[in-house]
Amino acid sequence: MKRRSPVFLARRGYRLRRIRDAARLLPVAGGFLFLLPILWGPSGNERRVTASDGIYIFIVWLGLIVAAALLSRPLREETDTAPAGGDGR
Amino acid sequence: MRSPLVYTLSLSIYCTAWTFYGAVGYAARSGLEFATIYLGPTLVFVGWWWVLRKLVRIGRQQRVTSIADMVSSRYGKSNTLGVVVTLICVCAATPYIALQLQSVTLSFGVFAASGTYGWALPDTNSTALWVAAGLALFTILFGTRNLDANEQHTGVVTAIAVEAVVKLVALLAVGIFVVWVMADGPADIIARINGSAMAGWDLVPSRWAGLTFLSAAAVITLPRMFQVLVVENSDERHLATASWAFPLYLLGMSLFVLPIAVVGLQVMPTGANPDLFVLTLPLSQGQGALAMLAFLGGFSSATSMVIVASIALATMVSNHIVMPLWLSLRATGPVPGDVRRLVLLARRLSIAGVLGLGYIYYSLSGGSAALAAIGLISFAGVAQMLPAMLGGIFWRGATRHGALAGVLTGFAVWTYCLFLPSFGPGGVLPISVFLQGPFGIGWLRPYALFGVAGMDPLIHALFWSLTLNTTIFTSVSLLSFPSPVERVQGLAFVNVFDPERAEPQGWAQGKAEPEALLVMAQRILGDDTALGFFEQQAVLQGKDGYLPDPTPEFLDALERRLAGSVGAATAHAMISELAGRARITVADLMRMAGETAQIVEHSSQLESQREELTRTARQLREANAKLTQISVQKDAFLSQISHELRTPMTSIRAFSEILMEGDMPPEMIAHYARIINEEAIRLTRLLDDLLDLSVLENGTVQLNLKLANLSELIDRSLRAAGHIRPERRFIVQRDLPAEQIFLRTDPDRLGQVLINLISNARKYCDAARPELRIVVRQRGGRVVIDVIDNGSGIPRNKQALIFEKFARLTDQSRAGGAGLGLAICREIMANLGGSIGYLPGQGGAAFRMTLPLRLEKPQNEVAA
Repeated sequence: MKRRSPVFLARRGYRLRRIRDAARLLPVAGGFLFLLPILWGPSGNERRVTASDGIYIFIVWLGLIVAAALLSRPLREETDTAPAGGDGR
Repeated sequence: MRSPLVYTLSLSIYCTAWTFYGAVGYAARSGLEFATIYLGPTLVFVGWWWVLRKLVRIGRQQRVTSIADMVSSRYGKSNTLGVVVTLICVCAATPYIALQLQSVTLSFGVFAASGTYGWALPDTNSTALWVAAGLALFTILFGTRNLDANEQHTGVVTAIAVEAVVKLVALLAVGIFVVWVMADGPADIIARINGSAMAGWDLVPSRWAGLTFLSAAAVITLPRMFQVLVVENSDERHLATASWAFPLYLLGMSLFVLPIAVVGLQVMPTGANPDLFVLTLPLSQGQGALAMLAFLGGFSSATSMVIVASIALATMVSNHIVMPLWLSLRATGPVPGDVRRLVLLARRLSIAGVLGLGYIYYSLSGGSAALAAIGLISFAGVAQMLPAMLGGIFWRGATRHGALAGVLTGFAVWTYCLFLPSFGPGGVLPISVFLQGPFGIGWLRPYALFGVAGMDPLIHALFWSLTLNTTIFTSVSLLSFPSPVERVQGLAFVNVFDPERAEPQGWAQGKAEPEALLVMAQRILGDDTALGFFEQQAVLQGKDGYLPDPTPEFLDALERRLAGSVGAATAHAMISELAGRARITVADLMRMAGETAQIVEHSSQLESQREELTRTARQLREANAKLTQISVQKDAFLSQISHELRTPMTSIRAFSEILMEGDMPPEMIAHYARIINEEAIRLTRLLDDLLDLSVLENGTVQLNLKLANLSELIDRSLRAAGHIRPERRFIVQRDLPAEQIFLRTDPDRLGQVLINLISNARKYCDAARPELRIVVRQRGGRVVIDVIDNGSGIPRNKQALIFEKFARLTDQSRAGGAGLGLAICREIMANLGGSIGYLPGQGGAAFRMTLPLRLEKPQNEVAA
């Protein structure tokens, strides 16, 4: 069954703005995920498990990089119009 | 050579020898905590849309040359701020450079001790000295080749990119060797980690969060990072690539840190320095080539960091300390000599100085502390710029005073709580200060400020320095007022993406000599570059030749161009010398004024201006009307006077012609002669009156002031006027006691007025039984004299006219005068400091004279 898409004008511009929102949200999400290990502190006398904590951190890290890479392409087009500083260089 | 890849790789100077060697040691000591040093920058780059994009745009638009330049430029091109930031950066970078020297020295030591090639170094200290000197030479050779616009060093950046590849490859190679050769792949490594002393680690929440934040702050504020990130950026789009590629690089650099650490701890003898596992592990396995690669990687890390850091610091020192000093020391006048050579010399000396400081710190601290500790101290130092910087680009209300106070406070706290204690207890601060506080003040102990004990010293210092820094920055900003330049710059920085509002021009038109500007620019930019720039600007203005008009746009462009070489504050000062002070126009202020208050202020200003204009217009209209009236009066007067002169002249001529014909009886001759005589007298009187009037009107009349009895004066006047129509008998009513007033005035002139009034009454009073009433009253310091007859008076519509010249109510034959009498009276009264007016409603013609009892001095200024 074909999904009905809502009527929307300037779809591309809207999508671009949401991508910008996502780019702004990304560090917030990353910060949250990086700080998460603080919360799952070991109970009792147990110590933290370095290996699993490490794997978690690296997975989040890689996830952020992939997300940033995906977002950077459309955003890159937008930075296009940057003028040089005053005179031709 | 300027690709996104090179840009990303050049950013890798974030990973210094500290990272290259120290991360493994850090991991061996504190487990995963080492990762925080990379997690912070990862977050900053992933969130490039927030801060980095804005920083880079501002940096390119304002041609920022360093972080000190950026801060000083934002806060009204204040050089004080530039100097402070420069000093902080030098203080913070010195230990860091020492750290690089230490790591290179240590790694040299490892190689020498292993004796692979049979050469040994005499001692580590001289190694450090040689390394420092070599680096200084290299940096001077490649980093100060020219004073490039915008301070870009393509060659250096490329070299750094290559070094970045070397260190990544080296670390990855060692990591792969460790994981897949020494161990049996990732699973084995995980098993080894779980079986080692590193299986468990302590996550200290404050350190975990604090270090992530600290590294995030440092990646923006470190002078060398700012240099490659903002100053050396050639295309904003490169940032989009770097947003994910740089975190990826960091991930690559830290991926094998934990494996190397764990395997190193297992394989190496106890007591081996974990900071050097990257080097010693391959050596211990007999992998000389791999160890060499690792050594090269570490050497690259150290050298690239030192090169960029010293270039950045030297730029700051020369632009914010040397150039302003030079500008203020020399006498004002044209810029002498070749400034470029001076700047380059200053820069070269600064590089040598910065490296020298690093070496001195290294010798003093003895190279004993763990690598990571020094790095973090440096991070915390530069992080003090963060509030001023972020506040500057996001908050228009941030002021210079706020930034200065905040940065200085943070710097002071950092110095006291972190930097000085880093020399060890008893190093700079005596041990007693650590235990009891300075002068025994317990709450000022450097590790327990305000009694907050038990915190990790680094986090303690970071927390207090940044908290106080931010608090003071914001509160002073809220309380102080920015200067106009500051407001303009604040607008340009905060609204950098809004070109309409972000481009205010600060220069007034036309004050600067284009030729002087060219001479100055040539000395800073070099002859060809400056000429090219001027020619280009001239073409933009539609002119031929090399000298564009000094328009505000041109001055702005020139300032920015110079700022790219000598910094915003210096460039601003230099152009100010030639072009006069920067002027902020009302339009600029309007553009800045988002606040309603500004609009209201301006509109009220407009309102008052409008009112003033209306007032002036009204005055002009009135003056114009008066002028028109006077002109009409003058014309009327001229035609009147010619008429008045012509009438007697006509009769004189006519009768004299008759006389000339002769043949007339003597009595006729006598009669005609009398007529001629009378007309001549009349003419003379008319001319006398005119002269009198003119004298009175000009206020040049000489008054003969003396005391006079009013009663006597009236007696005299009545007598003098008696000869007018002597056939009429007037009943004169007077109040003699009231008339006994002594006046100080000109009695002759006053008498003239009285005679005139009485004569008029005698002439024109048409009553059957004519009466004349003279009423005298004293009111305050003034005397009021009314002269009233019982005739038919003066018609209402003529009352306004009677004091005008040549105004006559009846035909000339009856009047017998020229119609100047009352006009003369009015002028006399004005000269006597009084007035005369027609008094209606008295049952006849009535005139009221008012004059002061005592006329003090001739009222010359009462001119008509």
